[in-house]
Amino acid sequence: MGKILRRTFLIGTAAIVGGVAFGTYTVKKPYDNPLDGKLADGESTFNPYLKVTSDNQITVMIPRSEMGQGVTTTLAALVAEELDVRIEDISVEHAPASNAYFNAAMLEDGSPFPHYQRDFMADTARDAMGALGKVLGLQVTGGSSSVKDAWLKMREAGCAARETLKLAAAEREGVAADTLRTEAGHVIAGDKKIPYGELAEAAARLDPPSNMVLRDPKDWKMLGKPLPRTDARAKSTGAPIFGIDVRLPDMLFATIKMNPKLGGALKSFTADGAKAVKGVVKVVEMKRQDKEKFGGGVAVIATNTWAAFQGAEALEIEWDDADYPKDDAAIAEVLNEALTRQDQTPRDDGDVTAAFADAPQDQIVEAEYGVPYLAHATMEPMNATAWLRDGKFDIWTGNQAPTLIRDDTAYEVGLDAEAVEVHTTYLGGGFGRRGEVDFARFAARVAKETDGKPVQVVWSREEDMTHDTYRPASKSKMRARLGGDGLPVALDVQLASPSIIASVMARTFPSLSPAGPDNTMFHGAADQPYGIENYRVAAGIAPIDIPIGFWRSVGHSYNAYYMESFLDEVAEKAGKDPLEMRLALLKEHPAAIGVLEKVAEMSDWKAPARAGRGKGLAFHLSFGAWTAEVIEVSLLDGEVKIENVWCAVDVGTALDPSIVKAQLQSGIIYGLSAALGQEITFADGQAEQTNFDTYDAMRMSQCPNIEVEVLENAKHLGGAGEPGTPPAIPALANAIHAATGKRLRQMPLSKDIDFV
Amino acid sequence: MKLTVNSKEIEIEADPDMPLLWALRDLAGIRGPKFGCGIAMCGACTVHVNGEPVRSCSLAVGDVDGPVVTIDGLPDGDKLHVVQEAWITEQVPQCGYCQSGQIMAAVALLKNNPDPSDEDINDSMSNLCRCGTYPQIRAAIKRAASMKAEA
Repeated sequence: MGKILRRTFLIGTAAIVGGVAFGTYTVKKPYDNPLDGKLADGESTFNPYLKVTSDNQITVMIPRSEMGQGVTTTLAALVAEELDVRIEDISVEHAPASNAYFNAAMLEDGSPFPHYQRDFMADTARDAMGALGKVLGLQVTGGSSSVKDAWLKMREAGCAARETLKLAAAEREGVAADTLRTEAGHVIAGDKKIPYGELAEAAARLDPPSNMVLRDPKDWKMLGKPLPRTDARAKSTGAPIFGIDVRLPDMLFATIKMNPKLGGALKSFTADGAKAVKGVVKVVEMKRQDKEKFGGGVAVIATNTWAAFQGAEALEIEWDDADYPKDDAAIAEVLNEALTRQDQTPRDDGDVTAAFADAPQDQIVEAEYGVPYLAHATMEPMNATAWLRDGKFDIWTGNQAPTLIRDDTAYEVGLDAEAVEVHTTYLGGGFGRRGEVDFARFAARVAKETDGKPVQVVWSREEDMTHDTYRPASKSKMRARLGGDGLPVALDVQLASPSIIASVMARTFPSLSPAGPDNTMFHGAADQPYGIENYRVAAGIAPIDIPIGFWRSVGHSYNAYYMESFLDEVAEKAGKDPLEMRLALLKEHPAAIGVLEKVAEMSDWKAPARAGRGKGLAFHLSFGAWTAEVIEVSLLDGEVKIENVWCAVDVGTALDPSIVKAQLQSGIIYGLSAALGQEITFADGQAEQTNFDTYDAMRMSQCPNIEVEVLENAKHLGGAGEPGTPPAIPALANAIHAATGKRLRQMPLSKDIDFV
Repeated sequence: MKLTVNSKEIEIEADPDMPLLWALRDLAGIRGPKFGCGIAMCGACTVHVNGEPVRSCSLAVGDVDGPVVTIDGLPDGDKLHVVQEAWITEQVPQCGYCQSGQIMAAVALLKNNPDPSDEDINDSMSNLCRCGTYPQIRAAIKRAASMKAEA
């Protein structure tokens, strides 16, 4: 009972809002099709995902944002498969901002129950969170949830359209609908081939039949196979598809310079130097916004980006201080204090206190770990193009949260959400950063100053890196007790970090009260499927008001490092092979065993280590994907070179195995980049790293061989965008230990070892 | 100021100190080269000047002393450059933002070295990719080399 109460509490307001307060009617009520009333001549729409023109141009609307993860291919294929059109024959478009494109799957994953727990209570909690996603109408790309969310919705959209097209054809030809079939964009009636376009207008007025049946996966022609990416050509020709490429008539160019002491006010500034720069047309103060904790600053509006940059550099500004500890030493003190607190105890199986009380000292393993703040450092710096005129506001931007951008910019310019149109461009990297709203809010504010002219607001790289919503710093204290068979019988994890959810909520939902529990703090620690009798995870919330946000894999990005490096220490102490230990602890979970055995085979794990080399293993379950990675390093004159990465992942069903592999590879490189030397440090209240010279990432010459194998044994769909990242860091740390005997407990690993 | 870009002469009114990147993007409307860092660290803005790869964010337009080629000028009419074809075949791009620069760096590499080894690729492909498409970039360069050899 205690457990039920605790978990009910953890679901907190979300369950009440989703399941009870709004009632079944609100939850079930469908949203209107946002494409209605926005169609061109000759265009028809069947549902929010599909437009067909009378000359048979078929456009699939993509509800999620393309940032490299392949949604404009895989989600389009979900519709295309059911609709019987070839991927080469359709166009794709980012959908407009609309609550109809809500993401239920991402919120379902935010329930406090681990992915592997499938019982009435866990499923009810997931459903409640999913219902909340619908009621809130949050159109968000994140949490490796795009395929999970679209899995039924977009296949049903294709299926419904196909069946109504058949009904329309049946009526026109005077035959029964069940005598018809569809093929490559046509309804086939005997020897007659009718293009969908000819039927679209009539079909779009029909209700789909109630007995629709989705295609059996064994009949899939596209899904489950590698498809050509719909965006490969545009992205290989330099096409102007990104936010920064938007051009409008009479457009101005601007940049902003906000207080680098984040959230602090601007005390005073002198614009004379900026105004003297040729091309600068206006300099505007940007007031601090208290609720959102956006600091004060200045915008420079010009006739080209370079002039705006030059103008910003010529500003003389006096900044006020920020509201958080000034430097890393002071930040560490707050984290250390939080490490003594149990503000949240999401897992408390067995009796950990008793398990350690009588433990002989030589059966206890203890270690402390820590990670720094990290920047997202997307290749395309933050930017947005905004146009306010005649009671209407348009914004073009690569973003991960169109409905948030719509609502928050509407508030900024003082219009109703209906007067705002969000044009989502392709994203030059997202990784969680573009789920924020600051770049859009600031552009909207600048647009109020340009007398009805559109304005593109581009951040310099320095502005981008010093005004990120960072991955938080975190610390952990790990403790395990070994049992008689050398396996851990108790695991005690104490975490400390600031709360990401609290930081994000303040910025994006300033009208709501501060968030309650924050599940992201212990994702990757409390939700792992290890069968350890006494297993406790507690977290202390560190009150540090540096803006933090979702960074690829979020809490998993550091908790996996703590868990998997520490388990390597436990195995070492017990004299056990790290693979054998994990196989024993995960024996209840076939998907885990599957990826471990696969990665052992791929990496030839059991082969004796070669001289000067070492291999490390990590397992992790995140975003529904069961992932095991082995990394091999070599030593060259005392420097570590990452030679090989083997990864086995089980995502249940891989809709495009090639894209899944590419995503895992991408996640691995993103994680290894952090290990190689990334950290954001603070001095005098501001980030010390400003560009790629001080905050670099992996380059070609450092990139190892990477092999990824995709398994499909798991019962539930898993994500692909993030799961590669978490195990990469501990697998590397464990490999370095194997090669050098050094145990690296601080990120970046380059603090204690040199990389080639 | 006159510039030859992608075999066309263009006239722009630019401060000679303005980096070539911004002259191309904001004044000439040529948006293939992308802005990444402004300090020649990432290579997203790579173009060719006099046939050599240059990070256009850090070259003053006043110092440009020869013809400029950007990714926009790489295809021959509708026919893509062999490196672009290889990029599509290997399905290199993820977010795609760095790929204009990566392709221009690869074209320059292959012009000087038609059959580059892994070491050669490591030495000359220093552009940053945050999506981590390096293995596909390597494969595409090798594919382009063999396509060129066959042509």
